[in-house]
Amino acid sequence: MEYFVQQLINGITLGSIYGLIAIGYTMVFGIIGMVNFAHGDVFMVSAFIALITFLILTAWLGISSIVLALAIVLIVAMLFTSLVNWVIERVAYRPLRGSFRLAPLISAIGMSIFLSNFVQVTQGPRNKSIPPMVSGEFVLANHNNFPVTLSYKQLIIWGLTAVLLLAFWYLVAKTPLGRAQRACEQDQKMAALLGIDVDRTISMTFIIAAALAAVAGTMYLMYYGVVTFSDGFVPGVKAFTAAVLGGIGSLPGAVVGGLIIGLIETLWSAYFSIDYKDVAAFSILAITLIFLPQGLFGRPDVEKV
Amino acid sequence: MAVLANSASEGGRAEKPILSREPNRFAAALREAAFTGLVSFGLFLPLIGFETVTNIRDELILRTRWPLLAAFVFIAAGGRFFYSFALAPWLARRAQKPVKPAAAWRGHFKKWFVPFAIGFVIAYPVIVILVTGWGGALKWIDNFGIQILIYMMLGWGLNIVVGLAGLLDLGYVAFYAVGAYSYALLAKNFGLSFWVLLPLAGILSSFWGILLGFPVLRLRGDYLAIVTLAFGEIIRLIIINWTALTNGYAGIISIPRPSFFGIPFNANDNGFAARFGLEFSPLYRVIFLYYIILALGLLTCFVTVRLRRLPVGRAWEALREDQIACRSLGINTTNTKLTAFAMGAMFAGFAGSFFAAREAFISPESFTFIESATVLSIVVLGGMGSQIGVAIAAIVMIGGTEILRQLNFLKEIFGATFDPTQYRMLLFGLALVLIMIWRPRGLIATREPSVFLKKRKAISVDLVQEGRG
Repeated sequence: MEYFVQQLINGITLGSIYGLIAIGYTMVFGIIGMVNFAHGDVFMVSAFIALITFLILTAWLGISSIVLALAIVLIVAMLFTSLVNWVIERVAYRPLRGSFRLAPLISAIGMSIFLSNFVQVTQGPRNKSIPPMVSGEFVLANHNNFPVTLSYKQLIIWGLTAVLLLAFWYLVAKTPLGRAQRACEQDQKMAALLGIDVDRTISMTFIIAAALAAVAGTMYLMYYGVVTFSDGFVPGVKAFTAAVLGGIGSLPGAVVGGLIIGLIETLWSAYFSIDYKDVAAFSILAITLIFLPQGLFGRPDVEKV
Repeated sequence: MAVLANSASEGGRAEKPILSREPNRFAAALREAAFTGLVSFGLFLPLIGFETVTNIRDELILRTRWPLLAAFVFIAAGGRFFYSFALAPWLARRAQKPVKPAAAWRGHFKKWFVPFAIGFVIAYPVIVILVTGWGGALKWIDNFGIQILIYMMLGWGLNIVVGLAGLLDLGYVAFYAVGAYSYALLAKNFGLSFWVLLPLAGILSSFWGILLGFPVLRLRGDYLAIVTLAFGEIIRLIIINWTALTNGYAGIISIPRPSFFGIPFNANDNGFAARFGLEFSPLYRVIFLYYIILALGLLTCFVTVRLRRLPVGRAWEALREDQIACRSLGINTTNTKLTAFAMGAMFAGFAGSFFAAREAFISPESFTFIESATVLSIVVLGGMGSQIGVAIAAIVMIGGTEILRQLNFLKEIFGATFDPTQYRMLLFGLALVLIMIWRPRGLIATREPSVFLKKRKAISVDLVQEGRG
């Protein structure tokens, strides 16, 4: 039982990270109907930006307050990653809007290959590990000498995810920008006729998606303490799985999907075999798409002639 | 042109003052360049301005690279300035000129291109030996010839699935892997020969194609792509983890190589060179392999061209254009899709078993998602459905990245530590994006219809409705 609770805690932590990335997939898919294949690599780039910022803060500026350092790292990573994704949308996707269906997907695949190799070339292919940023933990229960712990970093990840989701929900549901986004999702032409700057709204979508991915990237770095150039692909596909599982286009679906994927992956590793944990995640993707293509929260897709 | 102009305009809505007065244009270009410089400074500051290195005590430390960062920003701003000030007006002027009618030589070119190309690839090893001599030929036949032909064959195989049937498959490499592992395992464990196993590997691959295709083929478009991607990864992960069968990451070594009608290519007395009274050279085997893959590739191409004229090929193309119309005309869409999937998988299986026989060593490293992406990009760049387009795209993409390996003179410019092969995939990704922006419809964007009423008219792909796979 203790073991199970511990795995549950770990799974929710992992799921929060997946959920934040999944929102980026689901938003972009919702608004321009494109699988943003490079999103996983944007997440990886954000982890690198966070790593570099963290090193500047601690090694050069000598900031010892970990709360302050983490806050600055988070903000800087969000800013720079947003810029990166804004430029990517501008350069690689916008010219292809209105082109045939495969073109943006291929462009995104190219972008994904480019980003991971760019980081490999500029930062080197080795694992980049840093000393733990946050240490310490709460012991929740201690039966039979098996302590169930909730570490501070897990608590930070939970808290941050919850706060960000609330802020994000407010943004989409209550602000003019969110209204414009939902309008563009339904009908871009009509939205443009009614005076919404569609290009700007799409750019903002990419910026928000990148900011959330940057939070996920920073937390990934904080949680695992190590990052490499190839870390974008598998989390990216898993986050996409989460988005599909929750129903692509649905924001709560992305978060719930992320949590489910995180839990399944953790429990699978804990109870079955750690070697096949990625196989489990990919199988869920296939099974969901085959038996429940609209996902948990999505609307069924009606094919019209 | 509008697409191209749009693509480079990072700096706001840029193309307004193309034909206005000179000083304005200069100032506008300068403004845009400054903006681009600013954006690229922000873009490159973290990853190029700083480098993370591990010091002796195994700690991560930072090093700055300000000159490199300055160079990047300067190139970006300068390029932007050149574009806005000189290139964009020139392109706009050119776009206004009336389009010239196609020259007469183009017709002749079209007519003679295919026979000439086939003649050239058949004579290629001889030409290479004549040009580079006996010693230097190995590299050009092996790295260029065989490598390009493998991808050309894979491209033609995937073209059946993506180009003809309109099913986006991101996990094509799975079938390539199945073919390679089938050959390797059966040849090593049962001692069967290459020529027996080649068709067997194709059959096994197409069996897997049907097995995987059956549940997923009712999905459409992007979803199908992602599921095939997932299957590709699942097969790779199983290969990695099922060490008892596949030896995991370490791979399978010393796979038997194909022999020339029972005569092996080695330096022994009963080897190929000794039997025919020639001096031993590894070149004979490479040339033999070259002709095998050439024959396999041409077979793929020929079968595809013929299949397009059969009812099943017509059904594929109809399916690509409109699935609902197909269904209402009584075509069994599931079976039609499955045949395309199985056909594509079979050719991947052939290519895979050839790959295993050529390398004599396979490991999961050779079957990553990048391979699927490479093959898919060859098909899309070729123009989705065009056989010649796929061939040209394979030569450009694979030949281009192979040439990077040969650019040793760059070491003299950038210093001895400069390794051009490092940039291979970087440039590949960049090329994918740029070609998509430049020609989203691929290099050869017109299709010759295989069925026509009285008069043959080429149709542009732009006119063709996108099939919902």
